[in-house]
Amino acid sequence: MTKFLLKKSVEMLFTLFGITLLSFFIIHLAPGKPTDILTDMNPKVTPEMRERLEKYYGLDKPIVVQYGMWLKRIVRFDFGDSFSTDRRPVWDKIKERIPITLGINVLSMILIFVVAIPIGIYSAVRRYSVFDKVTTVFVFTGFAAPSFWLALLLMILFGVKLHVLPISGITSLDYDALSVWGKIWDVSRHLVLPVFVSAIGGIAGISRYMRSGMLEVIRQDYITTARAKGLPERTVTYRHALRNALLPIITILGLSVPGLIGGSVIFEQIFSIPGMGLLFYMSVMMRDYPVVMGILTIGAILTLAGNMLADISYALVDPRVRKA
Amino acid sequence: MGQHVRNIRIKKRVLPLYPLSVYLLLLLSILLSSGCRNEGNALDKSDSNNSAENSTPAYGDTIIVGSIGEPSVLIPMLAGDSASHEVAGLIFNGLVKYDTDLEIIGDLAESWDISPDGLTITFHLRKGVRWTDGVEFTADDVMFGYKTIIDDKTPTAYKEDFLQVKRAKVLDRYTFRVTYKKPFAPALSSWGNLPVLPEHLLRGKDITKAAFRRKPVGMGPFIFQKWIPGEKIVLRSNHDYFEGRPYIDHYIYRIIPDPSTMFLELRTGGIDLMGLTPVQYKKQTDTEFFRKNFHKFRYPTFAYTYLGFNLKYGLFTNRKIRQAIAYAINKQEIIDIVLFGLGRIATGPYVPNTWPYNPDVKKYKYNPEKAKHLLAEEGWTDTDGDGWLDKDGRRLEFTIITNMGNDSRRKAATIIQWRLKQIGIKVKIRIIEWSAFINEFIDKRQFEACLLGWSIGLDPDQYDIWDSSKTGEKEFNFISFKNSEVDRLLDKGRRTFNIGERKKAYFRIQEILAEEVPYVFLYVPDALPIVSSRFKGIKPAPIGITYNINKWYVPKNLQRDKLIP
Repeated sequence: MTKFLLKKSVEMLFTLFGITLLSFFIIHLAPGKPTDILTDMNPKVTPEMRERLEKYYGLDKPIVVQYGMWLKRIVRFDFGDSFSTDRRPVWDKIKERIPITLGINVLSMILIFVVAIPIGIYSAVRRYSVFDKVTTVFVFTGFAAPSFWLALLLMILFGVKLHVLPISGITSLDYDALSVWGKIWDVSRHLVLPVFVSAIGGIAGISRYMRSGMLEVIRQDYITTARAKGLPERTVTYRHALRNALLPIITILGLSVPGLIGGSVIFEQIFSIPGMGLLFYMSVMMRDYPVVMGILTIGAILTLAGNMLADISYALVDPRVRKA
Repeated sequence: MGQHVRNIRIKKRVLPLYPLSVYLLLLLSILLSSGCRNEGNALDKSDSNNSAENSTPAYGDTIIVGSIGEPSVLIPMLAGDSASHEVAGLIFNGLVKYDTDLEIIGDLAESWDISPDGLTITFHLRKGVRWTDGVEFTADDVMFGYKTIIDDKTPTAYKEDFLQVKRAKVLDRYTFRVTYKKPFAPALSSWGNLPVLPEHLLRGKDITKAAFRRKPVGMGPFIFQKWIPGEKIVLRSNHDYFEGRPYIDHYIYRIIPDPSTMFLELRTGGIDLMGLTPVQYKKQTDTEFFRKNFHKFRYPTFAYTYLGFNLKYGLFTNRKIRQAIAYAINKQEIIDIVLFGLGRIATGPYVPNTWPYNPDVKKYKYNPEKAKHLLAEEGWTDTDGDGWLDKDGRRLEFTIITNMGNDSRRKAATIIQWRLKQIGIKVKIRIIEWSAFINEFIDKRQFEACLLGWSIGLDPDQYDIWDSSKTGEKEFNFISFKNSEVDRLLDKGRRTFNIGERKKAYFRIQEILAEEVPYVFLYVPDALPIVSSRFKGIKPAPIGITYNINKWYVPKNLQRDKLIP
């Protein structure tokens, strides 16, 4: 196991290096510069000033040198300063936004598993039943509905018509004056819609995976054997079938980590949630290279860690992998 | 209050996802908007409401302003976006500001003298103004700000005006004098809030790193209190403000990146002030609920949209062809369709009802027959009967380019394409992502015609856009307009402080531009802010509505303040 982990870690380090190298060059290939926002089409900016600004950001150097400088900083865990006019350290900008993005994604992940797995199991076991058909329709509708549109409809229903949930943001304006329970209640109310909207697509997907995984397993000989032994249907389904059907779900879990950041853009935008997705989007638009690189690097690390976790859990649950 | 003197700038959308975001930003900004419309039903609601006021001002309540963009830094000279300037403008005042009728008046400077040769300006500062940490504001602070802005290490886009200064001098605690190399009329307005910084807090510090950038101390009507990144900025009123304590206790700047969400927040009381899009103004807010709970305002922004011809491109070297195209475009139709009628026809590079605006220039009223006639005079006729005009076997066609993400420009281009087709000119439209658009097409002059907009400052100096010396790469006379009389007039206009003289120069420039048609000036869009009706004391003026936000109030019985910061 140790050898396995060690080998994986070294592999990951190389992958990470490759990812940053590629990202860095691709970002710089896109037209536009971070200084454009101050200088483009602004008649008060003379060519000398533009040069001065570019020098200030180190953009006058060859791109390979720029990457070298970035790499030199990153090995000391220094992400550098943002190129936007606030000039804040990149890590500060990311740090304050990680908790909310991860929080919402973890919550929606929990919701996805809590809802999708039972749906998947049930519709597999009762295949072609009314329940199966209804959930299939629901699931495909959920999958097909654009989340921004769904979010707006829910906001209008619960916020404008029924007045039961806040529209956007994560806290109310009087948040600071609330008691501890009041604060928790306030944040929870704000999170209901974002968590639901970000989970809906996942629920649809995972429940389908679960259903087909389950159907696959139920057809296997050992299930027939279990039934033949006279085990109760419950035990057959949950002890024998479910365990094996869960294996692919673990892979999906590992793969869904990059989606944590990427998929956050839409619901963070529509619900005005100050998270990483929004930061990433804005930074790309402003060509704020250090922030873009910072988020990509962290995203890459999280993805690799997710893959690693999936590998490890595979090894733990599946003796075939462990022994190989 | 915090009148930041805005540069001329092409209207570019920072976040291409939002059509009209420029307009939203513009309307909310303290930047200089212009004359309030008093005709028709434009100000119906607000006018009657404001004149019928009988409630008494009271302290208290909070105003929540919605914004798509988040400020990045709250020091005016470092900021490049309008959100930053909007908030910083409430924290910092300038030496001078624009009055409601667009005249320059004193702010932190009580008065100023301009030497007869126009080279020296001496500012006499207000006495007893304090930074909100208690230290008095003096001429040394202005000197410090000036030195910071011209410092090579300060990354600011506003240096240019200050580099024209030959000498700056603190005469005494309350007197500051600047001498210019040449008389420079736009100079006075540059002494807004850009060069004012507290020396006692920033001396010896690196302005690009100081915590002050996001936790500023000013002397304006509001004091910085709290900034939750990505969420909101909270300001509280400055009880010692030199114009008197603002009535509203708190100002909250809420960042809501999605326009639809912002509108829903407005609907449910989550924000009190935002800029509407034309469709929101015309349709979505046209309900009993909005009429009862909100006031809508409407006035022209300091911006215009135009169709610019590359004067180096063969076809467009011919003035008659440019004029024919101007006749073939129905500007009012574009306004009615693209802006739901919420704009006005542009006839030159100035906004109607401001002092440099010349109302008596050649107007090019929609007249397709005249357009055809002009083209026929130049030999363009439909000889082969295919519906398109041709000459010497060449078809009359050209391409309009515009930037991606600006929906109104795309629509305007399409309408122009349709109108020109009717007189037999074939137009192609190319929509290009902003960076590529600027770097590969505009800068390299690789275009035939472009559809763009300028947002303009209050000072009428447009040397950089029209002077024949400004045709280099990355310069702004990218259509290569050359006219020696305009060059002379532009220079005259910026070298005298005499408004009468300047007016004469700019009036003549507009006549020439109208005759030469380097641009077809299309429209000036309206700013469309909406404010909760519990706020009283709003006096719409040529520069917009938020200029007197420190005088706005909520009568005691309407206050809904539960906020305990």
